[in-house]
Amino acid sequence: MAKFFSVTIIVIAILSAIPILRHTWVAPEDISTHGHLIDEQMSETMAEAGIAFLAAQFVLAVFIWQFSNRAPDAKIKRFPGGATGLVIAAFLVVGIEVLALGVFGVKAWADQYLTPPSANAMPIQVQAGQFAFYFRYPGPDGTFGPTHPELINESQQNFFGLDLDHDPDSKDDIVTAEMAIPVNKEIHLLMHSKDVGHSFFVRELRVQQDFVPGLDVSLHFTATKIGKYEIVCTQLCGLGHYNMKAYLEVMSQSDYDDWLKKEAALQ
Amino acid sequence: MHDIAAHAVQHHAPPTSFIRKHVFSLDHKVIGKQYYALALVAAICGMFLSWLMRIHLGWNNTAIPGLQLLSKTGAPGGVMTPEYYLQLMTMHGTIMVFFVLTTAPFAAFGNFFLPIQVGAEDMPFPRFNMMSFWVTFVAFLVLMSSFIFGDGPTLGGWTQYAPLNAVGSVGGPGQGLGVILWMVSIALFCIGQLLGSLNFITTTLDLRAKGMSLMRLPMTAWAWFITSCMGLTAFSVLMPACILVILDHVAGTSFFVSSNEVINDQLQPHSGGSTLLWQHLFWFFGHPEVYIAIVPGIGIVSHILITSMRKQMLSQRVLIYCMGALAVLSYMVYGHHMFVSGMNPYSALAFSFPTLIITIPATIVVLIWTFSLYGSRLRITSASLFALGFISMFVSGGVSGFFLAQPSIDIMLHGTYFVVGHFHMVMAVAAMFGIFAGTYFWFPKMAGRMMNETLGKIHFWLSFVGAYCIFMPFHYLGMAGNVRRYATFVDDYLQPLIPVHRWITVAALITGAAQLIFIYNLIHSRFWGKPAPDNPWEATSLEWSTATPPPWDNFGGKHPVVYHDPYQYGVQSSVGDYVMQTSPEQVKTDHDEK
Repeated sequence: MAKFFSVTIIVIAILSAIPILRHTWVAPEDISTHGHLIDEQMSETMAEAGIAFLAAQFVLAVFIWQFSNRAPDAKIKRFPGGATGLVIAAFLVVGIEVLALGVFGVKAWADQYLTPPSANAMPIQVQAGQFAFYFRYPGPDGTFGPTHPELINESQQNFFGLDLDHDPDSKDDIVTAEMAIPVNKEIHLLMHSKDVGHSFFVRELRVQQDFVPGLDVSLHFTATKIGKYEIVCTQLCGLGHYNMKAYLEVMSQSDYDDWLKKEAALQ
Repeated sequence: MHDIAAHAVQHHAPPTSFIRKHVFSLDHKVIGKQYYALALVAAICGMFLSWLMRIHLGWNNTAIPGLQLLSKTGAPGGVMTPEYYLQLMTMHGTIMVFFVLTTAPFAAFGNFFLPIQVGAEDMPFPRFNMMSFWVTFVAFLVLMSSFIFGDGPTLGGWTQYAPLNAVGSVGGPGQGLGVILWMVSIALFCIGQLLGSLNFITTTLDLRAKGMSLMRLPMTAWAWFITSCMGLTAFSVLMPACILVILDHVAGTSFFVSSNEVINDQLQPHSGGSTLLWQHLFWFFGHPEVYIAIVPGIGIVSHILITSMRKQMLSQRVLIYCMGALAVLSYMVYGHHMFVSGMNPYSALAFSFPTLIITIPATIVVLIWTFSLYGSRLRITSASLFALGFISMFVSGGVSGFFLAQPSIDIMLHGTYFVVGHFHMVMAVAAMFGIFAGTYFWFPKMAGRMMNETLGKIHFWLSFVGAYCIFMPFHYLGMAGNVRRYATFVDDYLQPLIPVHRWITVAALITGAAQLIFIYNLIHSRFWGKPAPDNPWEATSLEWSTATPPPWDNFGGKHPVVYHDPYQYGVQSSVGDYVMQTSPEQVKTDHDEK
């Protein structure tokens, strides 16, 4: 029974590691300038966690195999070095390992969250609401018009609560249900929720950020590959949470300019 | 303090009426059994809900026969609506975290065994103790009543994030009355746990038998003591937070709802609240809660392993320090649940490092368990199998914590099934294995009869392999970006992952069915099991030195005197390779011999 248990542990550990080693289920190709830092951090953590996982399960299995169901008069032995050696090993090996992970990981975090967007980053507003994203581009004047929550009316397609009659800055704002951005251009995403908590997650861009009602938060990133990608909500926001999605289209600059003109004409 | 608590002990006479004996009992052992029964009922409910969820996730539009009886609107024709999925998911999480993982290893086993293990007649405040159970019982009824009243239970998840939890019924089904019932239930639960924690702390500090110094307490007693210290501080934060949410619903306050929120084109009548405030309050409770669920398991596993190994751990003292370190650090790491929440990004670093550092005491615990096996005479029983399975699960769930402790990686894994896999393995399955180990180990003392070992081992094998089949793939799904809390997978990139969900569903149904073996074994053994001797495992701590089942005053009018450390195994004594704590016999250890 004990030996079978040892074998089971080892088999489970190896089977668990196979999909990781074969990259069966992984994040899609990174299309951002900062994502490689996250991917590298993930790989390093996977290597260290994987070794710790396999080593711990293997040693457990070996000791169960070796020391179970022994004769009643079998000699009781103490592991050489006792607890002291293990405590020192835990502090030195695991402590240094996790602190190194933490320190090196700061770079990936800082690149996205502790560094402000460059001055020429392109601003886009995204507003999340049950259960859709809407995007706003500032138009030719480069300025977003003010929003008036009391004017929000989805049936009239006034998703942001713009006062087109009185706010000149709002008149040229472009509101869309799809997000388009030019490739290799830094984007400064200004995030606002009109109702409850939501989130903005694009796997390929390596970005995830919650929307916080009452608090405007921002993200900045640069997409490096043309294509169409899914934006999904990861923060439970109500009954339609599963269906809250939009598309991000990364285009060449000229395609983007054409797209923006077309959307402006539809306003 | 000692005098006050000692004076406060109610030297209650043996109960005579059925009601005082079995219902409103002051006896800590009866209260422990009541908590266990409550946890068992709650676990069956929670597992049933998880079956429904898994069937829905595997085969979305399949009608589940009879489900419409639970809710006509939530499951018309037996097909679950997306909102009903979220409602069931919320109830699954709430029931399991609060009424199973907190109730069974801490309140149930702790109530029954802590006073006996320290050598006390009862807890210092038996009426508080009785109240703690009945308040918890009412809390469970209030929670379950949300299936009946209004438009069903809340759909906001067990974390009940603001402002979805505070905007009322405009937020969706169950967000009005359902949320209020949830908050009332959890506030009551907190009161129950606070009363229980108070009793546990005073019992440990003030009612120890003669000779029972703190370092002579068994590992379980230490674990329950540390857990009760956490409970006292964690539940006392969650309870007022729940009350504030109730006020947002019924008194027009805006603690958790900010200004200018628009739902269904209507400007909400709130202003000035903070949605992040709820997350801080909740996770200040929520992360210690993880350790409230798991530290008793660490104690139980240590206690059972030592008995099964027939030798002491490499260092009991270090294990105790590590449990203490886990408890203290658990308050300093809670912000790792909020890396992408919108809080100051510098805070993420401040929460990340303690989260990484908590790996050290957790690693030491695993190393001491594992390397203590070296040179032992390990006895394989259902209890020791579950204890060893706990270690394997604790490792598997623990290493995935490396990822979630780092804010940069959390960008990719937050809100995905990776998190679900992580916390289910380390908190749910490991803690459940601790409960099962404790049940197989202590059942003889609690019920006076032995459980069937063959059935216990079958139960273990199906549960151990099944748990890996369910929860390891969750990690893979998360790495592929599979978002959790989705009722249906409509996104293009999620379609290839649906077969993995179906695999998990089949594994969950089989593993869940295996739990019926445990329930059968429990009930059958209770009535028809082999009568248990006083000390079937040849164990040393005080619960094995009294009669089986223990008399109402635990030691039959005697006052135990303790002569030894709790785990004198691998020795040469008149009874075998162990000496009980209450035995005055001088012992000669043989594990130090060359």
